Amino acid sequence: MSLIDVENLSVQFKTDEGLITAVEDVSFSLAPGEVLGLVGESGSGKSVTAKSLMKLNPPNAIYAPESRIDLHLDSGPVDVMALKRPRDMEIVRGGAVSMIFQEPMASFAPAITIGKQMVEQLLIHTDLSKKQAKDLSIEMLDRVGILEPAARFNQYAFELSGGMRQRAMIAMALSTKPKLLIADEPTTALDVTIQAQVLDLMKDLVAEFGMGIVFITHDLSVVAQTADRVAVMYLGRIMESGPVREVIRHPAHAYTRGLLNALPKLDDLDAPLTPIPGDIPSPLERPSGCVFHPRNPELKPGSRYETERPPLTEVSPGHFAAIFPEDVPGQS
Amino acid sequence: MTNALIKTENLSVEFPLGGGLFNKRTLKAVDNVSIEIPQGAFVGVVGESGSGKTTLGRALLNAVPITSGSASYDDGEEQFDLTKMSATDLKAYRRRAQLIFQDPYAALSPRMTVRDIIAEPLDVMGLTASREETDARVREIAGKCRLNLEHLRRYPHAFSGGQRQRISIARALACNPRFVVADECVAALDVSIQADILNLLKSLQRDMGLTFMFISHDLSVVAHTCDFVVVMYHGKIVESAPTRELFAAPKQDYTKRLLDAIPSLDPDHRMRA
Repeated sequence: MSLIDVENLSVQFKTDEGLITAVEDVSFSLAPGEVLGLVGESGSGKSVTAKSLMKLNPPNAIYAPESRIDLHLDSGPVDVMALKRPRDMEIVRGGAVSMIFQEPMASFAPAITIGKQMVEQLLIHTDLSKKQAKDLSIEMLDRVGILEPAARFNQYAFELSGGMRQRAMIAMALSTKPKLLIADEPTTALDVTIQAQVLDLMKDLVAEFGMGIVFITHDLSVVAQTADRVAVMYLGRIMESGPVREVIRHPAHAYTRGLLNALPKLDDLDAPLTPIPGDIPSPLERPSGCVFHPRNPELKPGSRYETERPPLTEVSPGHFAAIFPEDVPGQS
Repeated sequence: MTNALIKTENLSVEFPLGGGLFNKRTLKAVDNVSIEIPQGAFVGVVGESGSGKTTLGRALLNAVPITSGSASYDDGEEQFDLTKMSATDLKAYRRRAQLIFQDPYAALSPRMTVRDIIAEPLDVMGLTASREETDARVREIAGKCRLNLEHLRRYPHAFSGGQRQRISIARALACNPRFVVADECVAALDVSIQADILNLLKSLQRDMGLTFMFISHDLSVVAHTCDFVVVMYHGKIVESAPTRELFAAPKQDYTKRLLDAIPSLDPDHRMRA
């Protein structure tokens, strides 16, 4: 039984220059205790997809009518798309679903102590008393490896270092015992040594609490280290998805291969860095057919990909790529 | 021993932290750093936030005051003692030593055309005699940086992150410098574009005989780009070695810790910090 099912999610934004497509026909499922990596470059729609799960996109976002997001909780199913009133949305905003962001400094209120913010959200989302909420918050700060948690509880966000702040953020997100955690580039602003600690911590917490995590990142190595499955996004569409080992070892889509070839690899310093040709197109000039076709060096002029949108084809069990069936590697 | 373009001995940079008249507190951002950068080298400086790598780069460009120690520049034609620079020296030094910034969105004025952005240092330094000469020089360097010459009349907002970084590289190189400090110049770019900019820097280094100091927090990028690596921690140099040597056999514990923390692309090699 899956924890969340996303089906045909499409999101557009109304702007002064016109309608911009941010996410198009994205579908995925996540089981409890599973980590799904959502990988993509700027403009890939990975953050908009994640924010849709909490309906956190700005008011100019338009969800296509066929979009479905279903959350399966012990208390019954929740149709996220149908949530309208702020009161109803509490369940996906800090209740059953929590989110951690890239920049913890921007996510804590600067003039309120960390403890007060942690207690406040517990009072909203749980039946705990103020005293119990305080005890739980200090316990959570301790669990994420913050030394002297009782002292930190009374400090402000600016008094903590970057790594400590991100830990406090994780402690706060997890204290309501969410079923689903959305982590949006949680380690991007951190130094590598701190990043390694935070990634370890998140893996431990998945094992302990059995929650599902949607892990958004631009960094394929971070995905290789944390995720069970990965979905590679480009210009709002999923280009390839599957078990992380399969996708990284046997990438079936030219875009995934391009990303891997552009990445500096420490075990082969002589490998040339091959950029993906061209630039990410402006959102106002969305390519026809396969959105990646103008930058795909493997295509011949006049190919089907210029006009027809390739379906997600299963290339090996559970491993899908947006290519036509005749282009599945190993087939001829 | 090749000729050192940049040479420092026990270079320190301190910043005042406030405090009273008699108990002044200071932060030693760069602490007794001795380094030699040979002409034509591509030297990487790595370290975590607060390691002093940016301050070291700024000190070598004479953009922050040097507190103690010595630092000099010698390209065979001109010499500068970076601890004793007059206003005239500084002007001359700017022609020789330039900086490429991290954020290609913040570094370019939105109100200037690409042509004017690249031409500005030439005009300010009075390096060209006429508008025609400036234009010719702008076109030459823009071509070297693989910018579309038809786009020179456009404004920066019309360009993507990668193209903007090519514009700021062209601007830094317009005055034909010898020494270039690139401070996290690919950190804000997507990976597919990062590779393109790194390849461009390498080819410019060869074509123009540049000496690079490449400051980065990303060890894999440094491993692929630089021939020599300096590791900094708390303002000090912890270890420095040719790139291959350093990555194959790090000698210091801190370097080992840093290398171990780099996430591997191999899902079967999951490590613990």
